Amino acid sequence: MRARVGVGAASAVLALITLAALAPGLLTGGPPDQADALAALEGPSAAHWFGTDANGRDVFTRVVYGAAPSLLAGLGATALAVTVGTALGLLAALGGRVLDEVVMRLVEVVLALPTLLLALLVITVTGPGTVNVILAIALYTAPSYARLVRAQTMVIRRAGYVEAATSLGLSQGRIILRHVLPNAFEPLLVLATIEVGIALVAAASLSYLGLGPQPPAPEWGAMLSGGRDYFSVAWWIAIFPGVAITLTVLSITVVGRHLQRRIS
Amino acid sequence: MTKRILTRLGTSVLVLWGAVTVSFTALHLTPGNVVDVLIGSSIVTPEVRAQIIADYGLDRPLPVQYATYLGRVLRGDLGQSYQLHESVATAIGTQLGPSLQLAGATLLVTVVVSTTLALLTARRRRWIRGLSSGLELVGVSIPTFWAAILLLTVFSFQLGWFPAVGADGWSGLVLPVIATSIPITTMLTQLMRESLELTLEEPFVLTARSRGMSDLGVRLRHALRHALVPAVTLLGWVVGLLVGSMVAVEQIFSRQGIGQLTLAAVTGKDLPVVMGVVLVTAVLYVVVNIVIDLLYLVIDPRLRSAA
Repeated sequence: MRARVGVGAASAVLALITLAALAPGLLTGGPPDQADALAALEGPSAAHWFGTDANGRDVFTRVVYGAAPSLLAGLGATALAVTVGTALGLLAALGGRVLDEVVMRLVEVVLALPTLLLALLVITVTGPGTVNVILAIALYTAPSYARLVRAQTMVIRRAGYVEAATSLGLSQGRIILRHVLPNAFEPLLVLATIEVGIALVAAASLSYLGLGPQPPAPEWGAMLSGGRDYFSVAWWIAIFPGVAITLTVLSITVVGRHLQRRIS
Repeated sequence: MTKRILTRLGTSVLVLWGAVTVSFTALHLTPGNVVDVLIGSSIVTPEVRAQIIADYGLDRPLPVQYATYLGRVLRGDLGQSYQLHESVATAIGTQLGPSLQLAGATLLVTVVVSTTLALLTARRRRWIRGLSSGLELVGVSIPTFWAAILLLTVFSFQLGWFPAVGADGWSGLVLPVIATSIPITTMLTQLMRESLELTLEEPFVLTARSRGMSDLGVRLRHALRHALVPAVTLLGWVVGLLVGSMVAVEQIFSRQGIGQLTLAAVTGKDLPVVMGVVLVTAVLYVVVNIVIDLLYLVIDPRLRSAA
């Protein structure tokens, strides 16, 4: 019963954040870049729910507008990682022994290197920016999907319905698309849901370090980075973007674990 | 056992080789001339430029360059940071101390806190377990860098309990250690509680209880040892996580260390330093994994007799 309340609340939070990402204008008035030098560094009030930053911009408005870029980074990195990981996993499972060994050793090596460090290496090469952050995170999250898809495929390949399809003379591509992938989908979805939260945190961390979207973009991690010099005098700049990240990740994790329990 | 050691050795070599290859690839994928990439944004004389070309064998074919690079790394030569005007090994060496201090303190706190929490909450009343799993959920969801910002804002700026700027000594270590410990402690507590709960259902626990041993005694003497095994397995993952979280935490608390060095290198496009840090961490990972294997032998006597 309690678990259901938790999942309900988490879903509501996610719905609200999705709304903020898709239609920020519905939740807040002004544009996120509107500066008012006379109202700089004001605490939370009826006019500015979350206070204002050093340029007099409304923090609430910026948190709402920050939903889209922040979610995009997490979802984008996960989507890319799932695609690449699935391809690698299928290649390893169906491409013969040598290919299997090569791919799986590669996966092992990437998983052994510290995640954030690998992302930093990629960004040193590519330079900062949203797309590069997505690439960097996808690079080190893809191996876990590759492992999962490979293991799933190994099991499914021996299932009766695949043998039946093979004996009917269906092409390998058709068997993968119609039989293997749909059956590997559920565990993949669960892993991806939980990993979206992790990717989101990673993206926000990189943005905070100044390696993601550049100012004045209202991304949550970048907002914290921009407010660094004012934390001592204006706590609200340090609190609200972080609350937004944590609530999002928490809700994603709750929903992800719920899905996981339902499947297993 | 021999097979186990050989596999571990093989994996170790593979990981190190992988790290070298990833670094080499990064160097050559970076847009621009490799010499310019190595130099970064600093200005050097033509003589130094010629020296770099000779050192890295940049006028030779790619496989030769790769072999040259591999050979240099094997000899422990991580190259030169032209921006810091010192060798990468020196730069990393001087920054290693404060980072190891932070990492060591974090590991200690993490192990003590999660062992205590697991011992106290395993197979207890429902609300205790509910509360602790709720807290764990929050713990894994809070980004480390934000936890650090929160701690700094509340305890340094608002309450003034701890220094805000990179002080040496213990008082400067408290907040950074808390920030880096949160995600690891929550993960570890979950894991240890689960394995502790499984262990408490084992026949030998029942035997111990029937001998009249107290509940705490059973947990400490018999169950804890088993709960440690998965925790030790997690150690390798913890090292990677720690190196990552140090980048943000050291910056927020203005501490010296590998994290700050790395961040400065990434923003300044000082690729030799970033490559060096990747290689050193790969070595660290390998060493930690060997230590883990030895720890298994200490914890679980059954493995010793197999050897």
